[in-house]
Amino acid sequence: MSDFLAMGGYGAFIWPAYGVSVLALIGIVWQSWAAWRAAKKKLDALERDGA
Amino acid sequence: MFRYANPAVFMRLSGALLPWVSGAAVIALAVGLWQGFHVPPDYQQGMTVTIMFVHVPAAIVAEMAYGAIAIASLFSLVWRHPLADTAARAAAPLGAVFTALGLVTGSLWGRPMWGAYWVWDARLTSFLLLLFLYLGYIALWNAIEDEARAARAAAILALVGAVNLPIIKFSVDWWNTLHQGESIISGQIASIFLWPLLFMALGYMLLFASLWMVRIRTEIVNRRARSLMQRAG
Amino acid sequence: MSGPFVSLLMRDLRLAARSGGSAALALAFFALVATLVPLGVGADLRLLARIAGGVLWVGAVLAALLSLDRLYQGDFDDGSLDLIALSPLSLEQVALAKLLAHWFSTGLPLTLLSPLLALLFGLPAPGTWALFLSLLIGTPAVSAVGAIGASLTLSLKRGGLILPLIILPLLAPAVIFGAGAVTAALDHLSNGALGLLSAFSLAAVLLSPFAAAACVRLNLAG
Repeated sequence: MSDFLAMGGYGAFIWPAYGVSVLALIGIVWQSWAAWRAAKKKLDALERDGA
Repeated sequence: MFRYANPAVFMRLSGALLPWVSGAAVIALAVGLWQGFHVPPDYQQGMTVTIMFVHVPAAIVAEMAYGAIAIASLFSLVWRHPLADTAARAAAPLGAVFTALGLVTGSLWGRPMWGAYWVWDARLTSFLLLLFLYLGYIALWNAIEDEARAARAAAILALVGAVNLPIIKFSVDWWNTLHQGESIISGQIASIFLWPLLFMALGYMLLFASLWMVRIRTEIVNRRARSLMQRAG
Repeated sequence: MSGPFVSLLMRDLRLAARSGGSAALALAFFALVATLVPLGVGADLRLLARIAGGVLWVGAVLAALLSLDRLYQGDFDDGSLDLIALSPLSLEQVALAKLLAHWFSTGLPLTLLSPLLALLFGLPAPGTWALFLSLLIGTPAVSAVGAIGASLTLSLKRGGLILPLIILPLLAPAVIFGAGAVTAALDHLSNGALGLLSAFSLAAVLLSPFAAAACVRLNLAG
């Protein structure tokens, strides 16, 4: 396991690279979906109020 | 293309496609990641070659997104496609994030090999300029208050940028050979590294496609909400 | 094309000369950059000569930026732009005239000052000549690309802040080729920089009026 983490000595670069990628991707996925949910919620509320 | 101009049609279509595209993205990424971590160390780069599996896909999507914006801008200006502006605007933040990601991962990839977090590698330098192009595009959209005017101005900027982008890349390449900079990707990629790379690239592209659809849908819903509010108030 | 075109050109030149002398401002800025950089990097003339091409090119581009946001703004604000649009000139011709006026009042003076500033950097004669030539050929591109940015940010309240962000990346090729010409001269090589720069400038000057006119039309319509 520690071999896996060390990655032949390059772990200090490989894991941050993957870490940043995962964070960034999760970040935009979350933000995109959150914006969608908020918009949908707003529209549903407006349509319910009988527009 | 104009059949999908109707927002309602787009909503139906994208709503049907979305689960499939997202699912495919997740699968492709999972396969790519699994393959990536079962790859042997590269002769020259050791295990840092695995960084390529997150750097190159990000780079591909970053450029793809700008191409998408350019094409959407063309549709907007020339054929007045109603959804084109929305599509272009929606793609920009995604493109910027992937570009930034490409820069960070590229920097981390270069560090163990060249000893510095930034080398003026031709591709990374072009990427930095691409990031600025995205930022300028997004800033222009946000700065102009009138939506219709913002859309047209942004479209013109996107097209000017698209025409200039190959020139920028050419000039950076030329500059790089002049000053004998380092190169991050050298030569061929061994086939054992190709499969994880392809799956990751596919996964990233599918992810972009699904997020793009989500963002366009969000904007369509927001517009509908705005028009309802205007009617009420 | 001649009559109304030339009078528009002369009018813009006269306006530029009057409004606080945009040439003087650009020249002063250019000279200041050329002064600050050695203060920042030290007085080693060999180093300065090496970086002179790049520093002075960047300085020239930034100096040319200063007067760009007024390229269309003044006429837009007082309604002159609407009148100009009604004239027998097409908007593309108007854009070209304004581009030329900007170059005459900014790019050209900067080019003429550059040999003096090259002196501050200890640039040898071949390098100075290359710098002069590259600025002469390249500053029209700066005005051309700048004009596109100016028309895009027309009517923005704080458009001046976005303008550099939009056009500086697009000017990277000019800086690269322009400074590259100086490097080539210093190394007694020929790397085709001036040729590439000429192509870039020509393309920029030819295409810019179309893009700028489209943007102006956008703002006049609304």
